[in-house]
Amino acid sequence: MARLELHQVGKFYANFEAIKAVELTIEDREFVVFVGPSGCGKSTLLRMIAGLEEITSGELLIDGVPANATPPDKRGLAMVFQSYALYPHMTVAQNMGFALKMAGVPKAEIAEKVEAAARVLQLDAVLSRRPRMLSGGQRQRVAIGRAIVRNPKGFLFDEPLSNLDAALRVQMRIELVKLHQDLAATMIYVTHDQVEAMTMADRIVVLNKGHVEQVGTPLELYHRPANLFVAGFIGSPKMNFFQARAARPANGGVALELQGGRVLEVPAAAGAVAIGSPLTLGIRPEHLVIADSGPLGGQVDVVEHLGAETLVYVKDPLGGTIVVRTDDLARVRPGAPVSIALRPGRASLFDDTGNAISHATPE
Amino acid sequence: MRDQRASLPGAALAWIVAFLMFFPILWMLMTAFKTEAGAIANPPLIIFRPVLESFAAALSQSGYVLFAENSIVISLVSTVLAIAIAFPAAYSMAFQPGRRTQDMLVWMLSTKMLPPVGVLVPIYIIARDTGLLDTRTALVIVDMLMNLPIVVWMLFSFFRDIPKDILEAAQMDGAGPRRQMIYLLLPLASPGIASAALLAIILSWNEAFWSINLTASHAGTLAAYIARYSAPEGLFWAKLSAASVLAVAPILIFGSLAQRRLVRGLTAGAVK
Repeated sequence: MARLELHQVGKFYANFEAIKAVELTIEDREFVVFVGPSGCGKSTLLRMIAGLEEITSGELLIDGVPANATPPDKRGLAMVFQSYALYPHMTVAQNMGFALKMAGVPKAEIAEKVEAAARVLQLDAVLSRRPRMLSGGQRQRVAIGRAIVRNPKGFLFDEPLSNLDAALRVQMRIELVKLHQDLAATMIYVTHDQVEAMTMADRIVVLNKGHVEQVGTPLELYHRPANLFVAGFIGSPKMNFFQARAARPANGGVALELQGGRVLEVPAAAGAVAIGSPLTLGIRPEHLVIADSGPLGGQVDVVEHLGAETLVYVKDPLGGTIVVRTDDLARVRPGAPVSIALRPGRASLFDDTGNAISHATPE
Repeated sequence: MRDQRASLPGAALAWIVAFLMFFPILWMLMTAFKTEAGAIANPPLIIFRPVLESFAAALSQSGYVLFAENSIVISLVSTVLAIAIAFPAAYSMAFQPGRRTQDMLVWMLSTKMLPPVGVLVPIYIIARDTGLLDTRTALVIVDMLMNLPIVVWMLFSFFRDIPKDILEAAQMDGAGPRRQMIYLLLPLASPGIASAALLAIILSWNEAFWSINLTASHAGTLAAYIARYSAPEGLFWAKLSAASVLAVAPILIFGSLAQRRLVRGLTAGAVK
């Protein structure tokens, strides 16, 4: 059981504000992912929750109890480090049992709990080995095992998969999600990889320069990003952005005047857009299609065949690159001119400060 | 890759330099096995019949055993104390550095640049007034303080090679600083601790200045023992050499056994 509340939590270093007044509640048994570019403060925030970094302002509540000054081991939270941080001179069993030994648990009980965790993680066979004799994936499991054995209220993961190769990362991702279902514990997971965030999270917290840009479910963030930063960060390849001006109201939306005088009618919430104002139009690559005619277009630069889908990078004659995600395999060749049309009913509009003013998604 | 085989002139030069450096020790060894008359023969004897009479004289007349015992006790106790004090100091400097930690390390080392004779008078007076003149305690304290900066530095560089994550994981696991030191640093840094201890023992064993100045007949170390042979009654080269061999032999043997570990310890942190 762990419900975590962060009220105006901040972190100041001598002349630098690393975390700015974070307001966040993490519900019991929730899998929350902190995501953001490197240096955004996501690891610092996690370490503040862990108790490894001091909270310089605001308040952290764990199950309603103020925990700012609680030492790390008394918070009931276990942490898995990016480097695994296994104790190199101890066996796997000793590594996993260390916290219980520190807590004065009898030896027989430690052995029992370590073996139980080892079975779950398929580490039975390597319990007497030292970390250096294990593969990367096994070390990762030991680090997780060390957390599980403590039976913590919550798990904190600091980029735990970033040292694994791609195939193992996908496998461990699935195992962690299963583990979350089995243990029914609160988990906070830090990553810079938005794919990990999208695939694992109940809710994602997008951090940028020390403050929270948006909190929401993966699909909320994907379809209704609060601002340009989130829109650009979530989703791969990135959302396409176009500078525009609202020209006039149109049927169920607004007609936008893009650079070069191109006019585009997009759906928009009624009354959301002030006519004449500068805007940014955002369209995801899968909401564009290569068509015989369309308001956008250019020369095909690169074509990436991924098998199930194809990414077409088109050079916009007015600068920039337009990315189109298509399942049409054969039609385009690098160097060929193409026209691009919008799938109906899809567009996000952002005002000149970068905040979202309208998201159109078909029902 | 460059050819690693030494060239012939290079090898010859190395041998010559090595021989020159070793020569005084060789000469001391040879003289120790000569008679007193043979030791001052001119031209020096290269071929001679080795005798042990100088060793017998050195051992019987001058209380070698007491001085040897002093050397052993003082070097070991001062080393244990230095490690015990340096260990938590290096822990805090390596893992909880403050803004002035780096300055402090440099300052500590800079005290080693002060000539010991600069503090001879105050330390002598302190030892006299506290009744510690010619006691092992005085030398233990002085040797410990003398070696402390080096020991702190060595432990500090060993600790810095230990990933901070490991200590943080231990912190999450409920181990405070004391238990982190016992369960993690002590085993993980044991090669470093051993190297630091070896160096401290050797430095303390070879320390002559304070031993000669603060002790007389009770607490003198082997360094003081050798110095007694250059007494006003005249030089007895063979006996002096025999005594010197007896004084340096234990630490030479000890040092050569520990050589590999020492080199590893002194270069720790220098190369990743």
